[in-house]
Amino acid sequence: MDRLTGTQVSNRAPDRSWPRSLTRVPYWVFQDESVYRAEQDRIFHGPHWSYLCLEAELAEPGDFCATFIGEQPVLVTRDVDGEVYAFENRCAHRGALIAMADHGKARDFTCVYHAWTYNLQGDLTAVAFAEGVGGKGGMPPNFCLSDHGPRKLRIAVVHGLVFGTLSNDLPDIEEYLGEEILDRIDRVLGGRKPVVLGRFAQRLPNNWKLYAENVRDSYHASILHLFFTTFGINRLSQRGAIIVDESGGHHVSYSAIDRSATESTEYRDQNIRSDSEYRLADPSLLEGFSEVGDDVTLQILSVYPGFVLQQIQNSVAVRQILPRGTDDTLLNWTYLGFESDTEEQRLVRMKQSNLVGPAGYVSMEDGGIGGFVQRGIAGASDEYATLQMGGDTAESSESRVTEASVRGFWLAYRESMGFVPDDDAPLPEIGEHERTRVVRA
Amino acid sequence: MDNQVAIARAQARYARCIDDGPLEDWPSFFTEDCHYRVTTADNYARGLPAGLIWADTRGMLTDRVSALKEANIYEPHVYRHMLGQPAILSESGGDVESETPFFVLRVTGGGPTDLFASGRYVDHYRVEGDQALLRERVVVCDSKEIDTLLALPL
Repeated sequence: MDRLTGTQVSNRAPDRSWPRSLTRVPYWVFQDESVYRAEQDRIFHGPHWSYLCLEAELAEPGDFCATFIGEQPVLVTRDVDGEVYAFENRCAHRGALIAMADHGKARDFTCVYHAWTYNLQGDLTAVAFAEGVGGKGGMPPNFCLSDHGPRKLRIAVVHGLVFGTLSNDLPDIEEYLGEEILDRIDRVLGGRKPVVLGRFAQRLPNNWKLYAENVRDSYHASILHLFFTTFGINRLSQRGAIIVDESGGHHVSYSAIDRSATESTEYRDQNIRSDSEYRLADPSLLEGFSEVGDDVTLQILSVYPGFVLQQIQNSVAVRQILPRGTDDTLLNWTYLGFESDTEEQRLVRMKQSNLVGPAGYVSMEDGGIGGFVQRGIAGASDEYATLQMGGDTAESSESRVTEASVRGFWLAYRESMGFVPDDDAPLPEIGEHERTRVVRA
Repeated sequence: MDNQVAIARAQARYARCIDDGPLEDWPSFFTEDCHYRVTTADNYARGLPAGLIWADTRGMLTDRVSALKEANIYEPHVYRHMLGQPAILSESGGDVESETPFFVLRVTGGGPTDLFASGRYVDHYRVEGDQALLRERVVVCDSKEIDTLLALPL
């Protein structure tokens, strides 16, 4: 671990002030190129744990995954000692990718450009023509292999999820996540061996933070996603809650079958469709089983900055949010089953894969909505989103009609970006007055 | 009628149904106990079974159309399917396995014509007389990436 020196996190925070109130989010944060660049340093290379891949994808020695921390390509491997390692996917010679396949098996890695070779732990083991040819050429005599190599990542494995960081300046993963988040990861993955059922990628025409917000936004779920309400799968009046961790950055939203629930008129009153004549021609889609023996049918969990673990009915998946530009995001989906699944359970998971992903009945809208915001805020860099649903704090809540976990994301974000809260930034009320004045003028 | 001709005719109508409507007719190209799945070449090669869309009955296809019409919210868009000739891989009476390359152009809202997907249909047809019905269609997309969302079927 001698090269685990971490990235020097730039102290440069873009010269911006951030409203002290968590109810206001400036739109420039989704548009500004300098903010985007600073995020790579301060967030993805900074003191945060990023999800890399599943341990199940590294079942045997020699298995590797090519993944990313932010924009940075990273290789995760399992060496012959059985341990998981991760290092930059960048040759120490001239910067080419060390491995190009997303997943594969290797004894070692040889860069295609000049055949510099690395072992599964990322150590440089050979340089082609190091001694030259016929006594001519070659590397200088003082060239030392161990002085050269890609930076190595610190690794942590939590219930089969592999996280990594390029920073030394952060606590271990358990402390980073906190007990409540760990418990909820344990609830879905604890004591079970996940099996990858499929991998899909979705390119979103929006800033990565719009998707991070969307994941934490329990307010929109049954309003935008009408499949839920049309077929009576999920309603805000179901028993559920929001957990926001102390940093604000991680969250859990869950709901459970409320066996004492009575018919409610709340949706009809809001003119949102809830009681409809629509019935599935093949209702087997929704005939699931208790995922882990409790009544929870939905649990969405996020880890700051870019990880999501979902259980929607019996559709279990992890999502990796990767920034690709101010208005370009790569969202990787890995659908999971478990080794203990029966054949019937596996069939349920296949059917319920229709609920999620780029074509999912309850997720396809999320592919589009970020782009609607990105397009909507063009020309409005100095305006603000308003997040007042459920108050102005970022605390856990028994109501899911709240934007508490979205506010939590921004609390963690402004902290990690080093934006200084500014009392002079307009409060929601002031904004309303201004708007009224403009209309009347 | 020759199986190849029956399949080519069915596929021409299949593409026209999705591109020009009515979409409600789309399930009628399948047998009652069909399998339909949209996946990627990588998943297909590795034998990973999940799909972006996954159905094992015609009813599930009907539900996909109903959801697109009644429940799901997405920016209006249209497809234009371009299909190659079906390659017949095996024939046993009316049971025919074939593969057909495709690409699909998509126009979303008032936007440009985008190349949305390319790949192949890996099919199992049941041909009776001049009618060819899909017992199985696995849509194997060449790329693992889907731009924005996949609403209309491929």
